[in-house]
Amino acid sequence: MIISMTLELKDIPGQLVLALAPISELHGNIMSVVHQHYEKTPRGTIPVQVTFEIEHTVLNKLIQRLEKSGVRVARVGEERLRSTVSVILIGHIVHSDMGDTIDKIDSTGFAEVVDMSLSMPAIEKTSSAYLVINAVGEKELGMALDILREVADKKDLLMIEPIRLNSVEA
Amino acid sequence: MKTIRISIIGFGAVGQGVARSLISKQEYLKKEGFDIRVVGISDSKGSEINTKGIDLEGALNRKKQKGTVATGGSNAIELIRNVEHDIVVEVTPTNIKNGEPGLGNIRAALMSGKHVVTSNKGPLALHFTELKEAAEDNGLHLRYEATVGGAVPIFNLVHEALAGNFIIGIEGILNGTCNYILTRMAEERMPYELVLKEAQELGIAETDPAYDVEGIDSAIKLVIIANSIFGQNATYGDVDITGITKITPEALELANKNNYVVKLVCEAREGKLTVAPRLVPKRHPLAVGGTLNVASILTDLAGRITISGKGAGSIETASSILSDILYIARNP
Repeated sequence: MIISMTLELKDIPGQLVLALAPISELHGNIMSVVHQHYEKTPRGTIPVQVTFEIEHTVLNKLIQRLEKSGVRVARVGEERLRSTVSVILIGHIVHSDMGDTIDKIDSTGFAEVVDMSLSMPAIEKTSSAYLVINAVGEKELGMALDILREVADKKDLLMIEPIRLNSVEA
Repeated sequence: MKTIRISIIGFGAVGQGVARSLISKQEYLKKEGFDIRVVGISDSKGSEINTKGIDLEGALNRKKQKGTVATGGSNAIELIRNVEHDIVVEVTPTNIKNGEPGLGNIRAALMSGKHVVTSNKGPLALHFTELKEAAEDNGLHLRYEATVGGAVPIFNLVHEALAGNFIIGIEGILNGTCNYILTRMAEERMPYELVLKEAQELGIAETDPAYDVEGIDSAIKLVIIANSIFGQNATYGDVDITGITKITPEALELANKNNYVVKLVCEAREGKLTVAPRLVPKRHPLAVGGTLNVASILTDLAGRITISGKGAGSIETASSILSDILYIARNP
């Protein structure tokens, strides 16, 4: 699983190593470290955001080790859905059983519709919806979009996706 | 001083723009060492031919007063074949069904040993490979900067300035009418039908807007890009096209709230050609407003290069044509 943690370090030398060493010791794979030395917390500690991949069975052990060495664990969150995409749908969305479509995406287990706003100007007029879909990775995001494309095609909805060339650069 | 003799085939907005630019640039061209002499102009009613050089002011006035430039009965093909000159500037209107009359004119030019500079999308979208090979076989130039993006020099940029780069993909907004309509809809929260009417009154959209708003014009330009830049042998049927007619002001508002604009984007990447409305982040270089055109080119060495500018207009289009004429003059 991918974990994102906010740690608070004392403002003395050697603290960052102290915070990162237990992650490696427990075979975690560190993906990013954001260390803002000049941005102190009200407690005078320095916040560090660490993202890493680790076996979920050792997570509690890791937290215990960190706290024992004097590193405060301020926040632990699972970074499950790391890829995100926004799309707009236009058409008779309300009659197209959107709930069913969202269920279909959510039930994949790898993607979720995390935001949706709907604008319906008048009965009989076409409505427009803005959706945000998150997924565990780019491939899964593509699969979720495929589900949506299929629905859009079947229900005669216009689906507006983001420009794509950006993703090549990543 | 090197004399370059050219003919202008088609004397509508673009042809007249070329004539005006040649008049206004006369001194500049002389300084560059070129005497660019128009020896023939042709429109649908006939031609004016003068091997010593046509008085362009006179031709423009005659067109304005009589509706034609013709002083004689020769048609375009006869002019191209029979009058001795170096470059045929083919600027007749685009016809996407069979490419005519542009296709016949370009073929006649290449077969009779004349270089071609054109703004005509039809022949290039339908017969790109054939025409390119005909030019190469005869040792002639076929240049078409004005076909895509009006004044925006996409082909020059890729073929000359970015030479050596591998082009990963191209995204662009290549239809000013659609860009105008989507920009106004978003700014004024007006429905599509109303903005279209406004655009028609301003002369930005045609009476029959289908060619623009259904994405046809964009698709034709994308085909030329695919063939010229990616070496594909694509035709119009290879493009997956979605137009802008179904877009609602509410959709644009939802996009706006989430820091996006909606644009009709042409995309060429991995052999796939798509024209479709897309969400573009507001701060992305592709997010240009009004009637502007833009092309964003992703390359392996240079990274992303984006250019934008006026995609239509008689003088703006003439800018691309003049640049093509000068390229040929310098690289005969």
